Amino acid sequence: MSTETQTVKKTTTSKKVNISGAEAVIKCLLEEGVDLIYGYPGGAIMPVYDELYKYQDQLQHVLTRHEQGATHSAQGYARVTGKVGVAIATSGPGATNLVTGIADAQIDSTPMVCITGQVAKHLLGSDAFQETDIIGISMPVTKWNYQITKASEIPEIMAKAFYIARSGRPGPVLIDITKNAQFDKFDFDYKKCTSVRSYKATPEVKEYALNAAAEIINNAKKPMIVFGQGVILGKAEAEFKAFIEKAGIPSAWTILGLSALPTDHPLNVGMVGMHGNYGPNKLTNECDALIAIGMRFDDRVTGDLNTYAKQAKIVHFEIDPAEVDKNVKTDVAVLGDVKETLAKILPKIDKNSYPDWMEEFKEHMTIEFNKVIKNDLHPEKDGLTMAEVIKEINEASKGNAIIVSDVGQHQMIACRYAKFNQSKSNVTSGGLGTMGFALPAAIGAKMGQPDREVVAIIGDGSYQMTIQELGTIYQTKVPVKIVVLNNEFLGMVRQWQQLFFDKRYASTEMVNPDFVTIAKGYHMEAERVSKRENLATAVQKMMDSKDAYFLEVCVEKEDNVFPMIPSGASVSDIRLS
Amino acid sequence: MEDIQKFTFSVYTENNIGILNRLSAIFLKRHINIESMTVSKSEIEDVHRFTFVVNITKSQADKLIGQLEKQIEVIKAYSHTEDEIIYQETALFKISSKHLYDEDIQSRLKFRRANIVAITPNYFVIEATGLKDEIDNMHDKLKPYGLLQFVRSGRIAISRSKMAISELLHEFN
Repeated sequence: MSTETQTVKKTTTSKKVNISGAEAVIKCLLEEGVDLIYGYPGGAIMPVYDELYKYQDQLQHVLTRHEQGATHSAQGYARVTGKVGVAIATSGPGATNLVTGIADAQIDSTPMVCITGQVAKHLLGSDAFQETDIIGISMPVTKWNYQITKASEIPEIMAKAFYIARSGRPGPVLIDITKNAQFDKFDFDYKKCTSVRSYKATPEVKEYALNAAAEIINNAKKPMIVFGQGVILGKAEAEFKAFIEKAGIPSAWTILGLSALPTDHPLNVGMVGMHGNYGPNKLTNECDALIAIGMRFDDRVTGDLNTYAKQAKIVHFEIDPAEVDKNVKTDVAVLGDVKETLAKILPKIDKNSYPDWMEEFKEHMTIEFNKVIKNDLHPEKDGLTMAEVIKEINEASKGNAIIVSDVGQHQMIACRYAKFNQSKSNVTSGGLGTMGFALPAAIGAKMGQPDREVVAIIGDGSYQMTIQELGTIYQTKVPVKIVVLNNEFLGMVRQWQQLFFDKRYASTEMVNPDFVTIAKGYHMEAERVSKRENLATAVQKMMDSKDAYFLEVCVEKEDNVFPMIPSGASVSDIRLS
Repeated sequence: MEDIQKFTFSVYTENNIGILNRLSAIFLKRHINIESMTVSKSEIEDVHRFTFVVNITKSQADKLIGQLEKQIEVIKAYSHTEDEIIYQETALFKISSKHLYDEDIQSRLKFRRANIVAITPNYFVIEATGLKDEIDNMHDKLKPYGLLQFVRSGRIAISRSKMAISELLHEFN
């Protein structure tokens, strides 16, 4: 075959070629611009893996050590790139192991396509070896799913899968492909999907809604913005910044909105929610207009809905109509992609500033600093705090690192204290609270943004849920930095047991292995720190390393995360101790 | 506290495998019991229509509409109160043939818009169509004759006002 012919064959995929379903899967991925996938092989997906072998120069496959790791890695990749993450697994247990990551992606609106192998069509429903009804199982946690039983369906369904996963409010899609469909040959022809009948990805922006919202915003005396991941997913960071700067409104973030606005922006007033900052939580119940942008009023943000911002007019900028009035009744809903709605409302907004109102946020921050932050960042006691570790990482990274946090106390501390200069820098499991998320997600994040420093902040409990992914790191040589904050407890549960269950520490104390030895077993440079005087040097050494690096920091055993809104309490009942 | 009332949902969907699971899961997840459910083709080719009947509050109904429409294959979902629709249910009653010439049964058949749809030496089958209360009433009255089998359909409903589904589909395309 001449070189010319080879080039033509590679680029003109619209020309029909007779290929197997398995090869078609690979070609569909390439057509969608995918060059990296995560997965784990097995019997029912072997035809696809066989084709992957052939295409390995165009499509990198990362062998994770567990299918859950594949989904979290795909999520991490998607969260830092804005592209669709792809995970692949076999049928039965392979497929069910994906479910946690899929559920996590669904609640955090992460674009992901999962491909599972399935037993041959004639065996469906016969309890064949490694058969599970993954379509039924994944249905409640996917944006869409579909079982392909004929090879010829592959191009159309794959195109639809990618379109649905990334459009509108993004989410995970699962495609289950029977083995016969992978083997059978058909004439391949690929067309990208640009619309699906019955699915309107983005609602039409209504002029009357923009006008009504602008009126509320312009007439407010104490307006406050709460922004979420919608700003990041909509790639609307610039529009958002222009909007808040013109309107002069103090802006607080949800955990997934973090990094959409630089931490040191003068209008950034901190985090809302259960372990958010004192000011934005307390002042939620004092503002006269609450402007929610790309956030969904999660119960961890609102606390008791009966007392949440009752005095305020509520304006909700949202892409998903089902989120409007779901938890908080709005006065005006501005439906649409926030990149569009914020740009369109900008000319209707008066230039404004609220110095007295901003002063109230500053006063609350001073109270929080004196009661909480000072002790977290500059402790007088001997034991290391989690916050001072984050502070050292901030100093070493100068706010330029991607921080991937797991779930628990360390997550709340990381989100409270990490500093960010740019968007898509905070990767964490927000809605599902999936322990085990961070290590594989950090792998995906680093592969998605190889030029940026990626630091995973993980608790000793969470770490052991997906610790096997150290094997993936060793095999791929992906240079992620892993910091385990070890308090020998399931810290957040212990904190709740202390505060609400009379210190009955039922099954939360952990007897841990030697994490440094384990890391070294995976040929990773590793260090343990337990003294304050060694912390800065150890963090700097980790950040200077060109390779993957493990740092264990032994922190105070029974430290608590404050402020805290007790579960079900009002945001104004936020406790500082 | 909001009043609980009967809502009938008309959900227009693509005719795809699995959509029933997706829709019923929306009710299940919110712990809402489905009183009745029917599915059939609709006035539009390749578009199916689900009819769900549930007892919920108005705000629950509004939220359910949002969640139902969020499903990729759902074209449009509507909720109706009782006075916004015309609806019917159908029931079949299987009764021993020894009661076939019973005068009481004959008179009830006339009164209740019911028909005998099958007669064999051992049993006969009455079909009745009407509102839920009418079917319930008929059931109570036929029960003393010893029902060999009884089955009723889910509700089918037509809205009194226009549902602009065809125009909407045109918009989607």
